[in-house]
Amino acid sequence: MESLTNRKKVVSDKPMTFMEELYLPAIFRGMKVTFKHMLQKRKTIKYPEEIRVFAPVYRGMHVLKRDEKGRENCTACGLCAVACPAEAITMVAAERKKGEEKLYREEKYAEKYEINMLRCIFCGLCEEACPKEAIFLTDRIVPTEFERNDFIYGKDKLVESIEFPIDITKRQHTGKRTEK
Amino acid sequence: MIKVTIDDIEIEVEPGTSILNAARKAGGEIVPPAMCYYSKLPGTGGKCRTCLVEVAAGSTADPRPMPKLVASCSTLVMDGMIVKNKTSQRVHDNRGGVVEFLLINHPLDCPVCDQAGECHLQDLGYEHGSSKTRYEEERRTFDPIDIGDKIKLHMNRCILCYRCVEVAKQLTEKRVHGVLHRGDHAEISTYIENAIDNDFSGNMIDVCPVGALTDKTFRFKSRVWFLKPMEAERSCTKCSGKAVVWMFGKEIYRVTGRKDQYGEIETIDDKTAWICNECRFEKKDANDWNILGPRTINRHSVISQGKYKTNMTRRIKKLD
Repeated sequence: MESLTNRKKVVSDKPMTFMEELYLPAIFRGMKVTFKHMLQKRKTIKYPEEIRVFAPVYRGMHVLKRDEKGRENCTACGLCAVACPAEAITMVAAERKKGEEKLYREEKYAEKYEINMLRCIFCGLCEEACPKEAIFLTDRIVPTEFERNDFIYGKDKLVESIEFPIDITKRQHTGKRTEK
Repeated sequence: MIKVTIDDIEIEVEPGTSILNAARKAGGEIVPPAMCYYSKLPGTGGKCRTCLVEVAAGSTADPRPMPKLVASCSTLVMDGMIVKNKTSQRVHDNRGGVVEFLLINHPLDCPVCDQAGECHLQDLGYEHGSSKTRYEEERRTFDPIDIGDKIKLHMNRCILCYRCVEVAKQLTEKRVHGVLHRGDHAEISTYIENAIDNDFSGNMIDVCPVGALTDKTFRFKSRVWFLKPMEAERSCTKCSGKAVVWMFGKEIYRVTGRKDQYGEIETIDDKTAWICNECRFEKKDANDWNILGPRTINRHSVISQGKYKTNMTRRIKKLD
């Protein structure tokens, strides 16, 4: 059949010339490139001792934020899960009981919240869909694991701790939420 | 038969039809939204003012326009009447104002509310309301109350459409709930949080246009857009037994009546297919129901989100 695109390259099988048969000039040409790079400044870094500066909008591992009083922002509304193109997010909602007002911001909260980091494509749509400023992507990298199950991150890995809150102000200027 | 023109569409209807019902007969974009009017419940309507339309000409006999916008659910058509709904900027602006008023005391808790995704006020707000509120005063707040052991009342979300009161009045023999107080203090209430143990009380949930009355057996279980609405039926001695079961996998999360495009319970065999509390609250096993097939969902509805397979198969079927 006739080619439609005209991008085909015909493979040539012509015999080598004398210079080509010597091989040495080709080897020297290749070694020249190698030695040139040996003298240049190194382009790689020694991760994790050395860490590159991230762009402020870098999208890495998620965090479920708490508000200024330490209560979880997430109300398990399911908008992140419906926005997720990779269908990585699942959750189970529960009702806040009396006495748990210090733990959860709204009367409904996520009892279970799981992100499958193998499915996640780090597009950031969950963060955009969130009406409660609960989920954010951070500049942290998802560490490697040996088991597939370990990549399913539950609330234990996603919710920030009260003592060490995760700073997201640099990358996100979402404006201050008004108190109810 | 009399002729009426709504948004340049001429319709022939019987005398005594309201403008809203005439528009619904034609269908499509020209139908005004309605929050309180419910065609299956006589006596509803005229309270929420979202169905306001402009009457450009009263009738052939008296072609003067009506000076104010009229509520289309309670204004009857006249021969030669010309009505403007979508084509009138005045209607659009006024309806935006009405929505703003409805939202004054309505809490912004759609992420928590079980009605989100199938809420008429949400649709209206999306269409008309601006994204900011101009209201600075404190909203009226109430604690959620249990109406019976299966229904939760969030008075904060109520827009006082009186639909549930009409359900109680017309479907049940003895009404035990109604609206107490008046004006700003008006609230739906039962006497001393009295339990409603009537077989058809669950229909209050279906008629509620907002999330004021919600199903306690479904409370916070899932969101409507994760569930798949399936048409189902069972033989029931009390009601028609024709319902919609909302499934997640093989589990039934909740049961509702079959609602048409206006959010009203469908008429099946000349009877409004209200369902009884036993079907609604107690039959949550897939074996209890004869599941007929997926329910047609509007493509633009959030409920159809993520259900690629059903949408695709249906489209292929249609092409054949």
